[in-house]
Amino acid sequence: MTSLARRLVGFNLLTAIVLAGAGYLLGGWLGDRIAAAPSLAYIADTGENDVSLALGYLLGVVGFLVGLGAANYPARRVLGHPPSLPQPETDGIGRYFRFQPDHKVVGVQYLVGIGLFFFIAGVNAMLIRLELLTAEESIFPPDRYLTVVGLHGTMMMGVMTSAVLGPFGNYLVPLMIGARRSAFPRIEALSFWLLVVADVILLTAVALGGFQTGWTGYAPLSGQSSYGIDAYLCFFVLIGLSMTLVGLNMTATVLTMRAPGLTWGRLPIFVWGVVTTAAMMVLAAPVLIVALLLVLLDRTAQTSFFVQGAGGSSYLFENLFWFFGHPEVYLLALPGMGILLQLLPVFTRKPLWGYRLAVTGMLGIALVSFTVWQHHLFVSGLAADLRPFYMLSTELISIPTGFVFVAALGTLWRGRIRLTVPMLFCLAWIFNFLIGGLTGIFQADAPSDVTAHGSFFVLAHFHYTIMGGLIFTFFAALYYWLPKMTGYALNERLGKVHFWLMFLGFNSTFLPLFAVGLLGMPRRVVVYPERFEFLNAWASVSAFVLGFSMLVFLANLVYSLLIARTTAEPNPWHSTSVEWQTTSPPPAHNFDRIPAIGDPHDYGVAPAGGRP
Amino acid sequence: MRPSRDFARVLLIWVVASAIATPAVVIFLTPDLPPGVESDEAAGQQVDNEVLTAVATPVLLLIVIFLAYVLIVFRQKGPAIEEGPRIYGHAGAQTAWIVASTAIVASLFAFGTWRLLDAGAAGGGQGPSPLSPLRASGGETLLPVQVIGQQWQFTYRYPTYGGLQTPHLVLPVGRPVEFHVTSLDVVHSFWAFELGVKADANPGVDNVAYVTPKRVGKFEVRCAELCGIWHGYMFDTGRVVDERGFETWIRKQQRLFAPVQRYLTPYSRTYLPDPQGRAG
Amino acid sequence: MSARAQRTLGVAVLAVAFCGLLAFYVSALVSSPPAAARSVDLTLQTVGALGPKYDHPNWVSYLVKDRDGKWLHSTSLEVPANSLVRVTILQYDSATGLRNPFFARPQGTTGNVIQIDGKTVNVIDPTLTSHTFAIPQLGVFVPLPGVADNAKNQCGAAPCTSAQAHRTITFTFRTGRKGRYRWQCFVPCAAGFLTGFGGPMQRFGYMTGYLNVV
Repeated sequence: MTSLARRLVGFNLLTAIVLAGAGYLLGGWLGDRIAAAPSLAYIADTGENDVSLALGYLLGVVGFLVGLGAANYPARRVLGHPPSLPQPETDGIGRYFRFQPDHKVVGVQYLVGIGLFFFIAGVNAMLIRLELLTAEESIFPPDRYLTVVGLHGTMMMGVMTSAVLGPFGNYLVPLMIGARRSAFPRIEALSFWLLVVADVILLTAVALGGFQTGWTGYAPLSGQSSYGIDAYLCFFVLIGLSMTLVGLNMTATVLTMRAPGLTWGRLPIFVWGVVTTAAMMVLAAPVLIVALLLVLLDRTAQTSFFVQGAGGSSYLFENLFWFFGHPEVYLLALPGMGILLQLLPVFTRKPLWGYRLAVTGMLGIALVSFTVWQHHLFVSGLAADLRPFYMLSTELISIPTGFVFVAALGTLWRGRIRLTVPMLFCLAWIFNFLIGGLTGIFQADAPSDVTAHGSFFVLAHFHYTIMGGLIFTFFAALYYWLPKMTGYALNERLGKVHFWLMFLGFNSTFLPLFAVGLLGMPRRVVVYPERFEFLNAWASVSAFVLGFSMLVFLANLVYSLLIARTTAEPNPWHSTSVEWQTTSPPPAHNFDRIPAIGDPHDYGVAPAGGRP
Repeated sequence: MRPSRDFARVLLIWVVASAIATPAVVIFLTPDLPPGVESDEAAGQQVDNEVLTAVATPVLLLIVIFLAYVLIVFRQKGPAIEEGPRIYGHAGAQTAWIVASTAIVASLFAFGTWRLLDAGAAGGGQGPSPLSPLRASGGETLLPVQVIGQQWQFTYRYPTYGGLQTPHLVLPVGRPVEFHVTSLDVVHSFWAFELGVKADANPGVDNVAYVTPKRVGKFEVRCAELCGIWHGYMFDTGRVVDERGFETWIRKQQRLFAPVQRYLTPYSRTYLPDPQGRAG
Repeated sequence: MSARAQRTLGVAVLAVAFCGLLAFYVSALVSSPPAAARSVDLTLQTVGALGPKYDHPNWVSYLVKDRDGKWLHSTSLEVPANSLVRVTILQYDSATGLRNPFFARPQGTTGNVIQIDGKTVNVIDPTLTSHTFAIPQLGVFVPLPGVADNAKNQCGAAPCTSAQAHRTITFTFRTGRKGRYRWQCFVPCAAGFLTGFGGPMQRFGYMTGYLNVV
């Protein structure tokens, strides 16, 4: 065999794609055979064989993962080989395109993958604001507009859940706890590739006529939809799997692989953020998988879980979905809080203020978040008698959130603040999440929610908490840790331009939308009353500025990492955290000797006479 | 530990700012807060919004002032890295924060529950057995109106007028209305903005909501739950008219829709949709 | 070429590819079937299955006759403002039945009546309805009766000819000022889809479209 052929044949991306195609065709063929069954006579009328498509996707994913080599170790174990640690490759750019059980490689893979899909979802957001620039004129036919809306929401919600745990959790947690690897390196790699196949499947929805249910996929609307909804359902099932695996891996890593001396009371706050999120993920994600599989069954096997006329209930879907959906949004908030509290001490040169209070806050959020979900259903008529209980739980969750806030504020107090780019993003979190949190109480109050529910007020609220919260700290983490992960420095001035354009653009976009919502504009509409046109136009133009700021960031990233490649200082932020005490990027096995870990925040000058 | 001078300054600025801003917000902003006063329920929601805004204003000011002060006063001067003081926490501040946040949350919960259990429950959908029904008082009788959501048009039935079905919603002023919101296919949501009513329409479910319109005029009806491609176009204009105008309108609709009266499904709280096609 | 120049070139190529993909995506989203030319006479036909010449051969659909007399597969209709529009609908599909029998009463047309095969009616049997032509924003709702199940010479593929079994429905309505209004069918006629409202009922260009009043 020639050397090229030898490189191409084997368990790699090319084989994976080929086997994915084969799996897809096999699934389609199987589906066509199954369609002959009399109970599936509806397929002759619709001309759409959802069984084929779903099986095609499923077998395609299996083929992809087998081709990638993800099944090799399980197969060997089934055949009786003893367990063994993975031996990942240590260099070469090719390893980033392969199934690599190396937490640092997976971290970088996640970063690129999340970035790519975030960008695609962001483009869809720009298209939404383009359509909403005017009250009447429709650029997109209504079914395509709803597909754009659905793609934006679905891709963001699916991808952003792993936005911090994937790149930064996988990369940094073993370093921060003094471990050489994560607990389940192969599962870690699998979770990334599941994300990739899931997003590819979602993008195929565009070719299938799209889906018009938005990211929430309410049944029976999703039951009656055309082909494209199957892509949405398979996407979220795979994302749910990926999330469960990430959660499992991170929890196990932090539980079992901490260095000697690293007690829970000394764990870096970022790791606390990761582990609370991970534990929640394991509990919440499976419910989503179940809910969507039931919709798939309704569509293919003619079951009636959500079909009222045949014994099912639309309420069932709403309950299942929001049981996952509410912890989901705290899955988005918590890692951002972890990043915030990890970075603030570095840029104020003080230890984290109220460490135990902050940890209590994170645990409190994780726990209470499972008890609030009916607040999405205040006007639905479901369990209306329980609304006071859910009002209480929803209001209660602001108490642990407040703990995180006070820890941040206390860390800032009397610090020596340096306004670097990561610090700017962290400060923006405090402002944005404050607005997001305060507008949350308007919705927690059930009478007030009667007007706010389903309107742009809700939309502005969750963009403030998710985008204003998570995404801003995501960028803080990027600017902060990219020099560690790549060894290259990002341009500081471009970073500040990015920040200010993004912060001002973001606030200018979503602040008017609170008003628009409370004044009567529902969500997911393609036309709206004339009187909202000015505010919507303002929001749209601001959104274009926000989008432009992302281009500035992209330019900075591409230029610094791919073209200029100036080497970064070994510890540009003067952090005392463990990961900064090694090279950039760290060596393959992280540490020559496992360190014994002391105070996680060794900043600040002790006052005369020792610690207070 | 004595509060420092900096802390005293922040507190003072905050107290002054709140003392000015909160009354200003209450006096100038809150009377115009949505959803307005076209009905009792809308007015009730407006009160809730006023109270929440009044509570949110000092909280917002506290954090913003704190942030601004910190960013101005506690900056590193010059390029050399300076170390800050090693403060790990402050029992007094933490306790005060916990107590204050719990107190605010508890009172907001009590307030919200009290408003929710008020008759009519602020115009929101309460399901088939409402906890807070509106009872007719004085000489007014309750007017039941069924709102039928389907893809992509709302229709309305008046059971006390022989099950008359109409494409537009007209209500008499001053009479309490009992909406029965249901759907024939997927989940919709009946939102009468100025009246402050929102109730989800689920197939096979009777979702009850109450309203007492207080003024003659028009109101917007919009669907507030994504129900397919024309969700954004599922809107209409409803009217509140005086009692005589209402009776005139009812008679006109009865004449107009007399031909189809015999074909209408008998009035029922819910209509089970046939999964393959027609409704029951 | 230096390594740096190579990388720059690579980045440039990727950027161009990305922009190309983006342009392709947006153009695919924005594209729509051609509108029939503006006329006060609107002639439409409804078919039970489009047949092999079209993208979804099993789907029901409307077609519109353009100025040359050819049948266009489009649901973007154009009529003049402030005019009396005459509509003729040739209905080739069999009955499914209205989900909400209320729409069996014609509304918004002149006199709130329609002519079916020449006979003027003000209501039809909702169980014998095959489709509707409704412009809710203009208050126009017109039920269309179905072809009898045992009729001879039924149409199986679009475009259908006048020799095949059909019902002829005519009516007139007034347009006001300019605008873009949606029109839709209210019968759950998307066979095979849950609740009958999937597929052609929710894809622009089959059972629903825009009425452009220009």
